[in-house]
Amino acid sequence: MFLADAIVNKVFEVKPGIHKIVINFPGLPLKSEPGQFVNVRVSETHYPLLRRPFSICDSEKDTISLLFNLMGEGTRMLAHLKEGDKINLLGPLGNGFRINNSVKKHIFVAGGMGVAPFPFLKRKLDGKISTFLGGRSSKEIIELGLPNTEIATDDGSLGFKGNVIELMESRLSPDDLNAAVIYGCGPTAMLRALKKFSIKNDAVCQVSTECAMACGFGICQGCPTESTEGGYKLVCKDGPVFDVREIVL
Amino acid sequence: MNQNITVGRLNLKNPVLLASGTVGYGNEIAEFLDLNKIGGIVTKSISLKPRAGNPPPRIVETASGMLNAIGLANVGLEKFITEKLPYLEQYDTAVICNIAASTVEEYVICTEQLAHQKRIDAFEINVSCPNVKEGGLVIGNNLEKVIEVTEKVRKATTKPLFIKLSPNVPNIADFAKGAVDAGADAVSAVNTFVGAAIDLRTRKPKLHNVTGGLSGPAIKPLAVAKVLEISRKHPEIDIIGIGGISNWKDAVEFILAGAKAVQIGTVNFVEPAAGIEIADGIREYFKNE
Repeated sequence: MFLADAIVNKVFEVKPGIHKIVINFPGLPLKSEPGQFVNVRVSETHYPLLRRPFSICDSEKDTISLLFNLMGEGTRMLAHLKEGDKINLLGPLGNGFRINNSVKKHIFVAGGMGVAPFPFLKRKLDGKISTFLGGRSSKEIIELGLPNTEIATDDGSLGFKGNVIELMESRLSPDDLNAAVIYGCGPTAMLRALKKFSIKNDAVCQVSTECAMACGFGICQGCPTESTEGGYKLVCKDGPVFDVREIVL
Repeated sequence: MNQNITVGRLNLKNPVLLASGTVGYGNEIAEFLDLNKIGGIVTKSISLKPRAGNPPPRIVETASGMLNAIGLANVGLEKFITEKLPYLEQYDTAVICNIAASTVEEYVICTEQLAHQKRIDAFEINVSCPNVKEGGLVIGNNLEKVIEVTEKVRKATTKPLFIKLSPNVPNIADFAKGAVDAGADAVSAVNTFVGAAIDLRTRKPKLHNVTGGLSGPAIKPLAVAKVLEISRKHPEIDIIGIGGISNWKDAVEFILAGAKAVQIGTVNFVEPAAGIEIADGIREYFKNE
């Protein structure tokens, strides 16, 4: 695990309001797995105070990239960073997606910003990948060049009219799901529907979750998610990726 | 310079302690900071039985601070003894065991059952958690209850005993005096301030628990004032200063206000290695004394 200053390579707008920051951090890419996150110190002052957790979006050679939308002061500060600026990172944190090399069929399901971890995951997988992206409208659809992408929007402004789970149901046959692994990331309502879909179709499914947190490594106990076995698991340390059957959604 | 100090009969290699609830049981933070280089750690509150804690959301960031309503989530006394405490054997640092309970009796039983543990150097009694329905502030904001808990827990252990005071009282100096007269060796001042935040979209409190404990730089001046209040009225009382310390200058303020040692909390979430820098800064500041 690293706790150090890194150098900003570039920050650019992927689409209105959605930014990507590329950070030069030798050593970190090799130690990172898809689905893990870094906790970023956005300010050297006390405001904003806490680090901001971001899923590692992609990683190659000495760089990692993070995807973010403008939510408040912290993300505004990130968007204003320039090439050569210093940024303090803590990571990689948490448990990423469990990769089984014998699986040859992979299904990515992302809602809005939930597309973030998939470019990095794509790099680590063999076999056929199908991607389903969902959002309320075309404004929320972030295409990051993932394979075989199909799109669903609630308002029909882009692709299939309806939600992303309905889109999957209309496109995937039992044969497509047989021996496949589903990887999901997005709003809780989407993950809940995805859990139902996975159970109904007896499909293996891992989901990446999010929760407000203070530390990112298990000491603040601030990011619980309900376990199906009772009690809580911590999103930061036990997750953020869980088998969909492990948690209550 | 030798930084050894004694606070409430407890010898410390330097005056910096890591506050309860911000370092778990030591293992996670040890990845970032050499525990041998700090005065000691105060464990996450231990209760007789494991506690799952409050439902989420448990944390909200506020201006230069944060609200938490964790609800004393902890592994419970038995698992603490068998699984957590042995890890700390390898470190030469003070271990202060923080105890939380719902009733006076539970505080006593918990202390009794831990009193013989060699790796525990002192106890800190948490009578001031703002985020639980029973125990917590029901005890911490009631002077007679604080005195009763202190007297009874005092009989359960000969180790140094600290009472962690609530700042949510108008007369904290009286609470400090009451605790020390009842047998406490020092007071930890202060726990978090009760706070709340409202979500403008849902028009509801942001924390599931409605209110939480405010910590971080936002509370530092309030906490320094509480320490001053105790030290001016009762200069003989040993005080461990806590509240929003994020660098050595903040820590020195608390010492100048009358604290013998300090605890750092929220800063550990943001800069997990801060404790060492703070200990070094204090040493440098007082090097000629």
